[in-house]
Amino acid sequence: MSQEQINEAIAKEYAAGFVTQIESDTLPPGLDEDVIRFISGRKNEPEWLLEWRLEAYRSWCEMAEPEWAHVHYPEIDFNTISYFSSPKSMEDRPKSLDEVDPELLETYEKLGIPLHEQEMLAGVAVDAVFDSVSVATTFREKLAEAGVIFCSISEAVHEYPDLVRKHLGSVVPRKDNFYAALNSAVFSDGSFVYIPKGVRCPMELSTYFRINEANTGQFERTLIVADEGSHVSYLEGCTAPMRDENQVHAAVVELVALDNAEIKYSTVQNWYPGDAEGKGGIYNFVTKRGVAHTNAKISWTQVETGSAVTWKYPSCILRGDNSVGEFYSVALTNNFQQADTGTKMIHLGKNTRSTIISKGISAGKSSNAYRGLVRMSPKATGARNYTQCDSLLIGDRCAAHTFPYIESRNPSAVIEHEATTSKVSDDQLYLCLQRGLDAEKAVSMIVNGFCKEVFKELPMEFAVEAGKLLEVSLEGSVG
Amino acid sequence: MLSIKDLHASVDGKTILNGLSLTVNPGEVHAIMGPNGSGKSTLGHVLAGRPGYEAISGSVEFLGQNLLELETEERAHLGLFLAFQYPVEIPGVSNMEFLKASVDAARKERGEPALDAVTFMKMAREASKIVDLDPAFLKRGVNEGFSGGEKKRNELMQMMLLEPKLAIMDETDSGLDIDALQVVANGVNSMRNKDRSFILVTHYQRLLNFIEPDFVHVLSGGKIVRSGDKSLALELEERGYAWVADEVA
Repeated sequence: MSQEQINEAIAKEYAAGFVTQIESDTLPPGLDEDVIRFISGRKNEPEWLLEWRLEAYRSWCEMAEPEWAHVHYPEIDFNTISYFSSPKSMEDRPKSLDEVDPELLETYEKLGIPLHEQEMLAGVAVDAVFDSVSVATTFREKLAEAGVIFCSISEAVHEYPDLVRKHLGSVVPRKDNFYAALNSAVFSDGSFVYIPKGVRCPMELSTYFRINEANTGQFERTLIVADEGSHVSYLEGCTAPMRDENQVHAAVVELVALDNAEIKYSTVQNWYPGDAEGKGGIYNFVTKRGVAHTNAKISWTQVETGSAVTWKYPSCILRGDNSVGEFYSVALTNNFQQADTGTKMIHLGKNTRSTIISKGISAGKSSNAYRGLVRMSPKATGARNYTQCDSLLIGDRCAAHTFPYIESRNPSAVIEHEATTSKVSDDQLYLCLQRGLDAEKAVSMIVNGFCKEVFKELPMEFAVEAGKLLEVSLEGSVG
Repeated sequence: MLSIKDLHASVDGKTILNGLSLTVNPGEVHAIMGPNGSGKSTLGHVLAGRPGYEAISGSVEFLGQNLLELETEERAHLGLFLAFQYPVEIPGVSNMEFLKASVDAARKERGEPALDAVTFMKMAREASKIVDLDPAFLKRGVNEGFSGGEKKRNELMQMMLLEPKLAIMDETDSGLDIDALQVVANGVNSMRNKDRSFILVTHYQRLLNFIEPDFVHVLSGGKIVRSGDKSLALELEERGYAWVADEVA
């Protein structure tokens, strides 16, 4: 029902974008070394970065798209994608919320998003930008006082070249995988964060408040470095439906937690999932990984409800002794969505610990897979892992899969794995209905209860929104 | 309040109720007794609108409305409450959250605003005291890890907060020790008034020592075969169900 209209609106937007792109400098579709030189040149990048990109490109040319994931989609022709386009001009944007698709506004309403944020999300020109800039400015001043660097990665390349050069690709090497190589070659923009030694970042950092953000594009690159003894919590995305005319997204996120540092990275992903018939939607191929040095801690929390295809495994390399890795995930698929998501916990140091809590919810005709690797290296004496992997099915046409991989090369390591699969039972629904709740409210309540262990890891304001997001995403999943 | 006329109903295609008629007036307490498989629980579920429980013929009028045409939740909004024989668990959903959502749903239907959290918390704490349930249970998942007796008392607490017009209690006494039985009976008795009616479905006369019914009905083969006052229950206790069944045959 509503999906169709959203789709229609997206189609419209795309058509509009196509026509006006002629006036801006957009590259024709296709990828070769000249395209990469063009991107690098437009960004005025130093020679080393151009070389870095080119080498990634050359590796990518020799790589094949991974096929092991439990997802199915038509082959992607990477030569039909345009790898550079400048942000939409002001004239091209809606002038006010009156020009925005009412269906989209209704969703914002349901999620309880304030008016000025709605304008920002819908890309409304003028006033909204003024508003967010002023917020962002005060935000920046406060961070500067603490010595925290939070800017776009393009900016960081010029302002903090040593830091970027030292850490870029240090966690996710350029040749790591097909999508990471592609991202390394053509990444558009993204965030850079540096927390100095011993500093506790005074606020949650959110992509949401970062300025220069209008068009981070489909190949986003994020690098977060937490120096010794520092602490940072980073929020990516927002609960509002994100719309983008680019179908293929391949982001890379790298986290470096030096000795005694802690990074908490929370994601809410709500890209356009395609319509109820399975047409359209974003293909989301993400590589996220963090390295934890001695006594450091990296914690990933994700709530994934969007995208037609999700391929994503936020991972931790527990390099230092006593380092800690955590992965808390809620992945919800509805209609024809497909998700293959999970994590990798690579235990290298002694007494390293990791926790994996994964909650997969499948509704409609969707398919939801958990794929996780726990590896205990020979030196990981005393390492421990606890994995809990629960699947919840709604209806009888969806699927849930679990692919756990466990490799232990150290006899003292302890690995625990628990997995459950359950259905929203008719009896549970009946109890709720008998108490006067309607079916949708009942299902969303049951699902929220199922996800509780993960939601409590989210920053407060996100947790409330995430609950509402599940409710909206589950609409129409019960007869 | 409730008028059931010649009700035939099936569960998954199998006919269970065969021409059941029953009238319940405001303020009355009716006990429905009968042997296993006579259709006692089915009656409760057909009235509450459990999916899969279908009325084939006959009529049920509740507060002037055709009950059989209403959705399960609409029946609840009208003031029909079923205390379950086997309350299910809903892991992770706190009892408090669940109770508040149910009470607010009913209030919304009546055009009343949702209760604020503090007021509701107070109400819930009081109700938990009456049913002798530690207020800590309010924070736990719905029925999650509750003992049999705790689940039954939790049902009773929900009933007290929802203040139904008609409460159907499906073998609420089964599996309760004598102290818990007393607690449940006290809860029900405290809620009795001239406008609220109860249907107590039970196997045993024991419950009726604590909750005095106005009428006792014996269900057999899907219909009421005998009705009387509370003395009928005592007679049943003495002579067994076979006596009624034989007499009907």
